[in-house]
Amino acid sequence: MTSGEITVGNPVRTDVDKTSAPSAPVTVRAHGLSKSFGALKAVNNVDFTVTAGEIFGLVGPDGAGKTTIMRMLAGVLSADTGDIEVDGVDVTADPEQAKLHLSYMPQRFGLYEDLTVAENIFFYGELFSVSRTDRLVRSQALLKAAGLADFQKRLAGQLSGGMKQKLGLICALIHTPRVLLLDEPTTGVDPVSRREFWGILYNLRESGVTIILSTAYMDEAERCSRLALLHAGEIRYCDTPARLKATMPGVLLAIISSNPRALREALTGQTGILGVLLMGDRVHVRVDDPAQRIPEIRASLANHHVEITSIEQVVPGIEDVFVALLGSEETA
Amino acid sequence: MNLRRLFALAYKETLQIWRDPRSLAIALLMPLMQMAILGYGVSLDIKHVPLCVYDQENSQQSRGLVQDFVSSGWFSISRRLEREADIRDAMDRGSCNAAIVVPVNFSRTLAMNGTAPVQAIFDATDVNTTNIALGYAQGAMAQASREFVTGWAAAHGTQPSLVGQINLEPNTWFNETLDSRNFIIPGVVAVILALVGAQLTSLTISREWERGTMEQLISTPVTALEVMLGKLTPYFMIGLIDAGFCLAVAIFWFHVPFRGNVITLFTTTMLFLIVVLGIGYLISVRIRSQLGASQVALLVTMLPTNLLSGYTFPIDQMPAAIQALTLVVYARYYVTILRGVFLKGSSLTDLWMPIVGLSVYALLIIWLAARAFHKRIN
Repeated sequence: MTSGEITVGNPVRTDVDKTSAPSAPVTVRAHGLSKSFGALKAVNNVDFTVTAGEIFGLVGPDGAGKTTIMRMLAGVLSADTGDIEVDGVDVTADPEQAKLHLSYMPQRFGLYEDLTVAENIFFYGELFSVSRTDRLVRSQALLKAAGLADFQKRLAGQLSGGMKQKLGLICALIHTPRVLLLDEPTTGVDPVSRREFWGILYNLRESGVTIILSTAYMDEAERCSRLALLHAGEIRYCDTPARLKATMPGVLLAIISSNPRALREALTGQTGILGVLLMGDRVHVRVDDPAQRIPEIRASLANHHVEITSIEQVVPGIEDVFVALLGSEETA
Repeated sequence: MNLRRLFALAYKETLQIWRDPRSLAIALLMPLMQMAILGYGVSLDIKHVPLCVYDQENSQQSRGLVQDFVSSGWFSISRRLEREADIRDAMDRGSCNAAIVVPVNFSRTLAMNGTAPVQAIFDATDVNTTNIALGYAQGAMAQASREFVTGWAAAHGTQPSLVGQINLEPNTWFNETLDSRNFIIPGVVAVILALVGAQLTSLTISREWERGTMEQLISTPVTALEVMLGKLTPYFMIGLIDAGFCLAVAIFWFHVPFRGNVITLFTTTMLFLIVVLGIGYLISVRIRSQLGASQVALLVTMLPTNLLSGYTFPIDQMPAAIQALTLVVYARYYVTILRGVFLKGSSLTDLWMPIVGLSVYALLIIWLAARAFHKRIN
């Protein structure tokens, strides 16, 4: 079976080459998923397929529909049209059956702040009918991995933001889910906790758990196996980070300047410049042909009296790709 | 239904109640306070009606008559007047609600005619109080005339019965002292349990929505029925404790006679708790903010239980349409049951009608409550 055939059977609505469709057994499949709130189309005809052992990232600006998709996948929000299949179970028809095999961590902290770490873990273990031995073994291992072993008697409300998210993950993993749904799991989490968090996710992927997460962090998006770029409720692009970068039109230049704002001002609208993006002390400029445009840029900046330290061609990050792809859609 | 999940929920809910000592204190102390306030405050009896005395004769006999008013316990003398015009003044100032005027030749007229007029004046701005005070005054007068007749007979060496005195001895059953408190306190217990019960559970679902814990809870395999039963169980226990408190106060503090048996009381109280807790839960499912749910619970329970349960206003004296309306006021069944158990010692079979009414209600509420909660955000 080639990957191409799977794509034909399960059309993924993207504008990108679809050869990355996975050949492993499918565990989550969304088809023609739509949801409106009044006049607002929050999610519009979304299709995607995620296979076991993947970390699938939903990336997009606020209001793109990430949370709505997550909620529908978790079976806590009904879809207007379309269907979702989780591990062979139709979520839209039988959400309760699907819930046996999935774990969902909402964007807002969903555990009980007036219960301790251990009590929250116990509660969720009981809800998923985890045996006492399993619960103890798993919770000890997870608490250790998350650096929470010494905080079991602390009330969840007294944990830091990062600790809360890690506790949420522990509660989500106290049974053995086949699918893990994480809605912006590391928002407001410090870098160390985020590293520990991702350490746990990688281990899970190794053991064959399908992970779907939404994120607003581009560095986090880069860690995913595949990404869906969402915009206004639609998936515009869906592929691996590497392939997405390859699809980005043009070549990326990084220009370091003491006055990046003036630099952006000077270059915007110039022929051959596809996009200008401020990145702290530097400016990422996307051009169609570097050989021709670099001298032009130097000349133009000199004209505008903008001093620069260096210009060099760089490999684009996901943020560049994201802005480039969605930005070109806006103008198209 | 999975018992393990049900127990987990009940345990979690218990921990949360326990960790919130202020709410727990309110849940346990409020009924006691209400019991004291309503038990003392709501009484249809009027004691110590302020009485003005204008005794024009001031003889031994006239003083005896006034003394009969005072010793009845229903009146206390607030002023002794010297002029008839002072009566109007005293009434206007509110220093008395009733006045008696003993004429100047009272004892002579009585001795000559065997009867003598005494004027009693009432401030009838409060008709209810006046009617009751009037009754008391007649009672006191009857007592006085009995004493007079007995005294007259003794003085003339005859038996009192021989002077043809007719005495009406009213015989009251079940509430021998005609103490309206005995009648009202069981009703107060019902009203308090209806209020507190609905308050207790009205927050249980809305709290989860408000704190953001519901979304994760409904993503688990827990069923709506398990959520309902798991959440209601701890509040059922608190409700039983509250009921125990209120009933104990009624029996041991207010000395309402308890003639029934404890099992009847216990069974019917549990039935009533199911209804009131279920109603609070229904409200909680429908209204997603804690404040809103608590307000609605108060509104829905307060007026009907106070006005239409028959606890102060007798149902059989209401217009037919209102009487029909009281059938949906679940507290009326429990009021009837409590009065029966307390004052008449009624058994479960005696009380089959209100028990059936309450059972139908309980089944309906549980059915509605079980269907009301959906594991969905929208």
